[in-house]
Amino acid sequence: MATEFHNLQELRHSASLANKVFIQRDYSEGTTCKFQTKFPSELESRIERTLFEDTVKTLNNYYAEAEKIGGQSYLEGCLACATAYLIFLCMETRYEKVLKKIGKYIQEQNEKIYAPRGLLITDPIERGMRVIEISIYEDRGSSGSSSGSSSVSGSTAR
Amino acid sequence: MSAVMITRKVRKWEKLPGKNTFCCDGRVMMARQKGVFYLTLFLIVGTCSLFFAFECPYLAVHLSPTIPVFAVLLFLFVIAMLLRTSFSDPGVLPRALPEEASFIEMEIEAANGNVPAGQRPPPRIRNVQINNQIVKLKYCYTCKIFRPPRASHCSICDNCVDRFDHHCPWVGNCVGKRNYRYFYLFTMSLSLLTIYIFTFDIVHVVMRSVDNGFLNTLKETPGSVLEVLVCFFTLWSVVGLTGFHTYLISLNQTTNEDIKGSWSGKNRVQNPYSHKNILKNCCEVLCGPAYPSVLDRRGLMQEDSSASATSAAPPGSSMSSSNSMSSSTAPPTMHAVLCLQKTTAPLIPNEHTPEDVKPSLGASEQKSPSPKEQRPPTPKLPPLASPETDAEASITKDKTH
Repeated sequence: MATEFHNLQELRHSASLANKVFIQRDYSEGTTCKFQTKFPSELESRIERTLFEDTVKTLNNYYAEAEKIGGQSYLEGCLACATAYLIFLCMETRYEKVLKKIGKYIQEQNEKIYAPRGLLITDPIERGMRVIEISIYEDRGSSGSSSGSSSVSGSTAR
Repeated sequence: MSAVMITRKVRKWEKLPGKNTFCCDGRVMMARQKGVFYLTLFLIVGTCSLFFAFECPYLAVHLSPTIPVFAVLLFLFVIAMLLRTSFSDPGVLPRALPEEASFIEMEIEAANGNVPAGQRPPPRIRNVQINNQIVKLKYCYTCKIFRPPRASHCSICDNCVDRFDHHCPWVGNCVGKRNYRYFYLFTMSLSLLTIYIFTFDIVHVVMRSVDNGFLNTLKETPGSVLEVLVCFFTLWSVVGLTGFHTYLISLNQTTNEDIKGSWSGKNRVQNPYSHKNILKNCCEVLCGPAYPSVLDRRGLMQEDSSASATSAAPPGSSMSSSNSMSSSTAPPTMHAVLCLQKTTAPLIPNEHTPEDVKPSLGASEQKSPSPKEQRPPTPKLPPLASPETDAEASITKDKTH
């Protein structure tokens, strides 16, 4: 029953927000930023599992790259310390560069994969890097039951 | 019908909950009580000024001109680190938006099952496994989130801070993930500066006394006495603090964890964040990546007092400068609700929300969170994929309230 939206503009004009799913953080490896790849059941009818997992895994890889402690981060840290961190006023940190890449990736994913399926991913940085928020939209023009089902719990529909 | 959209350019920091003060249009973020911070600044600047006024001319001539030069560099470094620690975001975690909060509430309800009437519901704790150790994540009732590991809620600033170390009144801010290394460098460089000034004070007094006599020296440079006193008392505390934090860094612990004894004792969990290698721990804490702030303080909030929903796209230019792709593509009603409620999420759901923030649509009523701890929110948001019985139970509960 996936409603088809051709692009993000259509999503905006013809759809109403039905539900939101929050992908939580995965702390099994410590405090580094990583999200769970467990497929939420609300998305089962909307998107293929592999696509979803690919998105989350790519995001996790980006965050791992940003938070990697290695030669480049040492160099950045030492250089910054030597200049009393004034260099951060002019230079962008590696993390910020990766965050920009993440923003572009999420936009691309939304345009190509998620919006056509009536879904929208919110960049985790806008939610404090706590969750990946996926908004599920219902076609406004569809029958009352499908848009009304969002307000009545799924239990009555079952 | 045309909607009257009055957009006032308000930056997000103006609507942030919590007890921080902001300066320079959101660039500077500090705690509310800044008195002790001014004292710190006064002591450092005052003592160094006396040093430059009284000691430096004599020492530059009689010993070496590099002495005052090095003192100036050290002084500037100390001030830079102090200001960096005081003015930056320590790693504040933004509060959960209403949808996220209700999502978590529903998960908790589903996990708890049916609590018999009259019994207290179980404490809200989530167990996670980190490096084969079980760590308990506590739920924060103020921020409505399960705190990430090592995060803690600062009651003075009323924020959850990531990798919370402690709230330092001397710097007028919390010390957390983002500013811990600046704080450490501040204490270390201040120790060096204090030792430096103390040493050269003594040297200066001794050298002058050899020429003029002790009492005459004191009359000529009264500042020296003051400096020696300040440095003497500062030395013990600051050097002690630097030593303590060096110990914490080598074990990859925070002051908060040390005070609570989270990782000490035989029966307790061992520190799962430590690499068991002092050098690795130091490198991670001091040379790790520079984490960005997740509070978009200087982003622009869109505020409109439109009387009815329009399908007009929100003006993209007044949106936050950060990557706010989702807000620019969500439907305008949702965009308005999400955007406005993002930073005006009340602490307790029944608290008054400012009038100019409430969108006049029915959407606001749908999204407003229900009373704290009582029941699942209004059924606009369907329950999770919880077992059917729990979903039915929660709806039944809803109806009985």
